[in-house]
Amino acid sequence: MEILYQRSKGLTDTPLHYCPGCTHGIVHKLVAECLCELGVLGDTIGVAPVGCSVLAYNYFNCDMHEASHGRAPAVATGIKRVQPEKVVFTYQGDGDLASIGTNEIVHAAHRGEKITTIFINNAIYGMTGGQMAPTTLIGQKTTTSQSGRSEEHSGKPLRVCEMLATIDGAKYIERVSVDKPLNARRAKRAILRAFETQLEGKGFSLVEVLSTCPTNWGLDPSESLDWLRENMIPYYPLGNYKNWE
Amino acid sequence: MAKVLMKGNEAIGEAAIRAGCRYFFGYPITPQTELPEYMSVRLPQVGGVFLQAESEIGAINMVYGASGSGARAMTASSSPGIALKQEGISYICAARLPCVIVNIVRGGPGLGGIQPAQSDYFQATRGGGNGDYRLLVFAPASLQETIEIVEGSFELSEKYRVPVLIVGDGMIGQMMEPIDFGEAPMQESPEKSWATTGTGGSREPNIINSLYLDPAMLEQVNISLDHTYKEIEANEQRAEEIGIQDADVVVVAYGMTARIAKKAIEESQAEGYKVGLIRPITLWPYPFASFEKINPNAKGILCVEMSMGQMIDDVKIAANGRWKTSFYGRAGGMVPEPDEIKNEIIKIIKGES
Amino acid sequence: MNEKIIMAGFGGQGVMLIGQLLTYAGMYENKEVSWLPSYGPEMRGGTANCHVCISDKPISSPIISKATSAIIMNNLSLTKFEPMLIEGGDLFVNASLVDIEAERSDINIYKLDANSIAESAGSSRSMNMAMLGAYFGKHPCVSLKTVERVLTQTMTGSRAHFVPINMQALSLGIEMVQSGQALAR
Repeated sequence: MEILYQRSKGLTDTPLHYCPGCTHGIVHKLVAECLCELGVLGDTIGVAPVGCSVLAYNYFNCDMHEASHGRAPAVATGIKRVQPEKVVFTYQGDGDLASIGTNEIVHAAHRGEKITTIFINNAIYGMTGGQMAPTTLIGQKTTTSQSGRSEEHSGKPLRVCEMLATIDGAKYIERVSVDKPLNARRAKRAILRAFETQLEGKGFSLVEVLSTCPTNWGLDPSESLDWLRENMIPYYPLGNYKNWE
Repeated sequence: MAKVLMKGNEAIGEAAIRAGCRYFFGYPITPQTELPEYMSVRLPQVGGVFLQAESEIGAINMVYGASGSGARAMTASSSPGIALKQEGISYICAARLPCVIVNIVRGGPGLGGIQPAQSDYFQATRGGGNGDYRLLVFAPASLQETIEIVEGSFELSEKYRVPVLIVGDGMIGQMMEPIDFGEAPMQESPEKSWATTGTGGSREPNIINSLYLDPAMLEQVNISLDHTYKEIEANEQRAEEIGIQDADVVVVAYGMTARIAKKAIEESQAEGYKVGLIRPITLWPYPFASFEKINPNAKGILCVEMSMGQMIDDVKIAANGRWKTSFYGRAGGMVPEPDEIKNEIIKIIKGES
Repeated sequence: MNEKIIMAGFGGQGVMLIGQLLTYAGMYENKEVSWLPSYGPEMRGGTANCHVCISDKPISSPIISKATSAIIMNNLSLTKFEPMLIEGGDLFVNASLVDIEAERSDINIYKLDANSIAESAGSSRSMNMAMLGAYFGKHPCVSLKTVERVLTQTMTGSRAHFVPINMQALSLGIEMVQSGQALAR
């Protein structure tokens, strides 16, 4: 029988623990497919964060290193400096990267570390149960902003791609979404380009993926995708912010 | 080899390179800054990498990544910077990775001062980070001893897969003393089958991790760590002992303080007093075995530190009520004088303490 | 022998250098030696000092609280370090730059016009060597041959011509003290 589709070899057989409707699974699949298509899976070391994707080390079928909260870019730097010929990526959420780990991500970009970061932005802390993130939208209700985030109290949401694109060492920065098949295909293309940026030794690369968190948003999976389109994409415009080509 | 005159911080760097260290991640802080400066020049000459991190937190996490990749990696800082590294140190311990960390101690708490101090004993031996872990902690008292410890520390760290912490003070870091670099130490690491070097498509993935959500599994990790720590306690206690079998007073001091105490002891001996010395070279494991050799009829043990009293806790545990213990300390970057220590010794002998 | 010398002055006067020179020479003569510089904010504002110990016995602490000698190259250092000398200790003052008087009467004070000495030796930059010479004039703790060996090792290439100039400044400093011309009190 002809095989038309199968699980990527870039993923292990371990069942994902993510909630139903969460888009982490899609992004895992895209990253795994990219590593396989580039033929670098056996030469890749991934760094998992703290947050919902903390267990990513069980899912990616390559060597993995679990970092402390926010420090994945520093850990990846250590790995890459020892093994410059290997592919090194971090997989981080918005609490990890955009809050506690801003120092590490900014300076990995500033040094032009030849690593790739997959940044999952779902505008909330998922693992700890729905607290406000730097990326939480104005008016968005979370367990630590129960009447909705206010600009006066917490400032406006942080746009990571726009910020990192100002740094010279960042060579490929793109924001994508996986809310529909067309966007997922675009996301995969961006992830491929990000890894190619690393393979060609150009510098730092990051792909921000707008993602859903049905559980903590209090919406069903389909409503979540609508909410992402209606609220997140207008504030976090999709597109390329930096391209060395 | 002939003796050379080197600054402590630079000698530490050279010793590390001789021991095969090729990766150093650091951040400037007085009084250790000459070490990263030295490494920034020397490591590229030997095919290594020096990287100035964005912070001490960044530096220790780079060590975490580099060590996980199988490399001999090192970082250094001074007290407040070592405080920042504690998170990373805890993770490195949990993940069973080797590395070498140097603390050129300055006075605290807070920003404190920059003069020599020994106020990080608790931080070094009681764990500044979270969880049930230990570090192999060395406290050299001369530059010669410092380089010998640095040269052996990478091998030791890899043997037990426990980080080594070397505690010096501003004097060790800043002073120049003659050093005799002897035979080059072992540069080869044992096979690191656990390192994250890429599966090459030919083995199961290696995972460097410290997360165990299943309590039973985490307990097994804790038990396994404890086995290693017990082995270290049995094998690695190191101390210098002088005349403790027939001493009336035994002084316990480490690092540079022990050198000053030695002077006080010599002067006391010249006046006819029987005074001995225990100089812990390992702060963890603490050299409890040395205390078993102390004259059972000694009048007391005097612990001298450049702090308000931290190692005294271990001295009391070691004495276990068998001898009276007393403490003399200077703090904040003040260094004790031999006369001050001698006065304390005589007080104990005369029963005034 | 148990020499504990503090050397202090402005940055750039070469006080660290003469400290290291003495330490190297002591090491080559198999003596116990240590050299400890001032560091951190103490170094800002242009002052520099170092502590040098040379002894027949192991050195307990490289930090000197009671100095046997002090080589003083500016006013600030005189105020700071004069009180740290032992009774009967030796104070060597660069009178070309220090225009305040030492206060203690229980120490020996040697004043040298180090600038003139240096210039007559061939370079005003050898002022530090003139001062070290003054110290040797009272405390010949290492041989001049060893000092020359250290200088020859450190000053090579385009700086090699400074070796004889420095040795000359050193000799003139020694002479000033040994002839009694430098003793102020």
